[in-house]
Amino acid sequence: MDHRGRYDRVDDMGIRSHMAFDERRYVVEIPHSMKYQMGSCGIAGAINVNGEKIPGSMIETMITTMAERENGLGAGFVCYGLFPDHTDEYCLQFLFDDDDARREVEEFMKDWVEVEWDEKVYTSTNFIRIAPPFPLVRRYFALPKRKSVQFWMQGLDDDDYIVRMVMLINAKIKGAFCVSSGKNMAVFKGSGYARDIAKFYDIFRYSGEMWLSHSRFPTNSPGWWAGAHPISILDWSVCHNGEITSYGVNKKYVEMFGYNCALLTDSETITYLWDLLVRRHGLPVEAAAFSMAPQYYSEIERMGSQERELATRLRMTYKEAFLNGPFSILVGRGDPITMIALADRKKLRPMVVGRADDDSEFYVASEECAIKAVNKDTSTWTPKAGNPVVIKAGEGLVRTGLEPPFQGVV
Amino acid sequence: MDVNLPEKYRPIIDAERCIKCRKCIRECSFGALRFEDDRVKYNGGCVSCLRCVTICPTQAIAVREVDPQFTPHPVFDEKVRRSIIAQANSGGVLLTSCGTDKEYMDIFSHLLLDAAQVTNPSIDPLREPVETRTYLGRRTGRLPMRDGKIDIEADMPPIISMDMPLMIGHISLGSVSYNTQKALFSAAKDLNIIAGSGEGGLHKDFYGFSDWVCSEVASGRFGVTADYLKRVSSVEIKIGQGAKPGHGGHLPGEKVSELISEARMIPKGTDALSPYPHHDIYSIEDLQQLISVLKESTEYKVPVGVKIAAVHNVGAIASGVVRAGADFITVDGLRGGTGSAPRIIRDHAGMPIEIAIATVDQRLQEEGLRNKVTLCAGGGIRSSADMIKAIALGADVVMVYTAALVAMGCKVCQQCHQGICAWGIATQRDELTKRLDPDIATQRVTNLFRAWNEELREVIGAMGIDSVESLVGNRDRLRYIGPNHRIAEIIGVKHSGEGWG
Repeated sequence: MDHRGRYDRVDDMGIRSHMAFDERRYVVEIPHSMKYQMGSCGIAGAINVNGEKIPGSMIETMITTMAERENGLGAGFVCYGLFPDHTDEYCLQFLFDDDDARREVEEFMKDWVEVEWDEKVYTSTNFIRIAPPFPLVRRYFALPKRKSVQFWMQGLDDDDYIVRMVMLINAKIKGAFCVSSGKNMAVFKGSGYARDIAKFYDIFRYSGEMWLSHSRFPTNSPGWWAGAHPISILDWSVCHNGEITSYGVNKKYVEMFGYNCALLTDSETITYLWDLLVRRHGLPVEAAAFSMAPQYYSEIERMGSQERELATRLRMTYKEAFLNGPFSILVGRGDPITMIALADRKKLRPMVVGRADDDSEFYVASEECAIKAVNKDTSTWTPKAGNPVVIKAGEGLVRTGLEPPFQGVV
Repeated sequence: MDVNLPEKYRPIIDAERCIKCRKCIRECSFGALRFEDDRVKYNGGCVSCLRCVTICPTQAIAVREVDPQFTPHPVFDEKVRRSIIAQANSGGVLLTSCGTDKEYMDIFSHLLLDAAQVTNPSIDPLREPVETRTYLGRRTGRLPMRDGKIDIEADMPPIISMDMPLMIGHISLGSVSYNTQKALFSAAKDLNIIAGSGEGGLHKDFYGFSDWVCSEVASGRFGVTADYLKRVSSVEIKIGQGAKPGHGGHLPGEKVSELISEARMIPKGTDALSPYPHHDIYSIEDLQQLISVLKESTEYKVPVGVKIAAVHNVGAIASGVVRAGADFITVDGLRGGTGSAPRIIRDHAGMPIEIAIATVDQRLQEEGLRNKVTLCAGGGIRSSADMIKAIALGADVVMVYTAALVAMGCKVCQQCHQGICAWGIATQRDELTKRLDPDIATQRVTNLFRAWNEELREVIGAMGIDSVESLVGNRDRLRYIGPNHRIAEIIGVKHSGEGWG
């Protein structure tokens, strides 16, 4: 017990966790010294394509099996198909540093959205090794206030309107961060080991058709709750393992379209790129994935004439969307619930896909052990570099990640 | 009335080595040497072009800088006094050539590049692909869709594919010789890059290179005919040049030979001074009209760009130019080269290209135009390191001219305006122009730029980047190490020691 009467929280190495770093733990407010976060990570995802629910315990097993890939400075989960009773409203899930921040956000949102229902998100600090302080977590089910002055002034469609509001809150309101804003989904993340974050949110109480999860091994950052993955905007969420060497280019590109990069991480720009390319520009997933991890010109020259034309146009038009450097990402999207897995074009970060023998469930993880830990009866494969794996609820495996790049697109 | 100026350079001839072949005397186009009393004697007038030094079969000649003879004075330094005396002699505007020799702060040397360590792997261009293909022209920003699919039949603006992010700058036939231009064009062809035609049209012998030539439409409109416009890969309206912002082309009568007189359709021996502005462009909307006219006359088959000198308000001007319809924009910096320019403007007007690139890139990004236009930049790019830093600051394509001429033999003696270049480059005299073998010159320029491109691949590979487009404007991978952190702020580069982001 320390002088304040708190129980010692000791990590695997016997270090008292709240001593391991600065006394100050960054929850929502951005760490002062932070300019950029980087690091490597473990990623895991599971989807049931038959509409059945996957329990939170399964994803917890997957991500904690790869505990070697994390160092206790960030982990998170995202669950899709979580709120069958609130499928039409945007679920805005917030982390707050204090009650003032909560009040400020609620006051701000009054002009923007109609909150249909709001609730405290269950959290527990029992039996976890995360040092305090802890954030307040609250979610709001909301719809744009169509008759408001704001809505008229912004002149945006619903999705863009919500994006705009989230960007403003995250940039302007100190001590508050909107971690997810999609329909029928929510993000549970924080600074700590994956199993502790799982306990903090008690994700075992939730189940959904798709789960993605992430555990971080950051190299430079203090534990910052808001900065953990998955990073989400609308119903997009991204778990990212890698470090993008073209960050400066990608960041400037998404900023040009009004996205505000508040999280200081390359993973955030990837999330916005998916939103921009697929939702706003209407690109098919395969084409968006190709823009981010394009094939070499030498390979493009060997394609058929239509594919070559498409590939060249994509590389030319979306050259700023090209994610250079090592990455493997898991991307989630709702309606229909879709999992996309993509690795960089040199495949410098690992990614394995697993298919349950009865074709009901699919898994993607950094390491095969994570898949085998939850389902031994799976066949696994490694997708090709820069080749997206797409799994859709209701449709099953759309792409294995082994096909030619534009199959079904041209 | 003329007051003689003390010599700056002096050839020293080693009498023991000299075999009296008199080659140096024949080769010196400045008439600085003579043969008398059975030995080579110096007449005066050496400009240190090193032709005699290079050509001497026994290496008997060395050119030495004469020790300063003016009384030391920190304010009225030698250069100032020389200018005053020369100007008092002639009563005219002092002409000079090449890029400025004033010591403006060279910001490239204050920038350091990043490299990959541990958290991401560096890429080895010897074993893995590192791509340098670059496009020049307008991009649409997004692809048109039809029935939920990308419409690959839709028309796209014309765009040029180049094998490296580099183009040879505009050097006109007139400012340089026929052989020089031929060598530059054939090097561009061999490298699959673009070379600028300069002001003065395209000689009919060079029509074979038209796929690699960017034709210039300058204020003099020399050689601009419908025929010319149809024989090029791209068209560039030249508003200004980094070495002389606000001035037009400047071709001294000494260089207007028979060949040039035909090409430019002006009398032999007359000065060809292009108007300072385009007299049909007094405003941005006039520029828009000229761009439209050129696009119409080229049937929308080639990109039409605009070249401007880097001046203080370059960001806003560039954005106006893009809005006026330019498919690519070329910014030419303070240290850019020239075949002839008034010294006063060369040395005192403009903006260093490093700052210009960063401000234009930033401005175009803020206005949401950056992903629609190609930004070319030149003016003081001396090496692949400069090229890489210019790209990281925001240029898509780097424009190089002086380095290409140096590869051919130029020693940057700054006498191009005299038209008696001993290397056969910046001259129109037949006896001099034949000194340059276009085939050898082509090979040397090709060698140089191939090597630069190889170095580019090496460096971006070390940064963990495997394609040059991921370097364009990636200022995160640059750090400033110079004395003035305000410059770092303006060009959006962090100081060395600051982390990513």
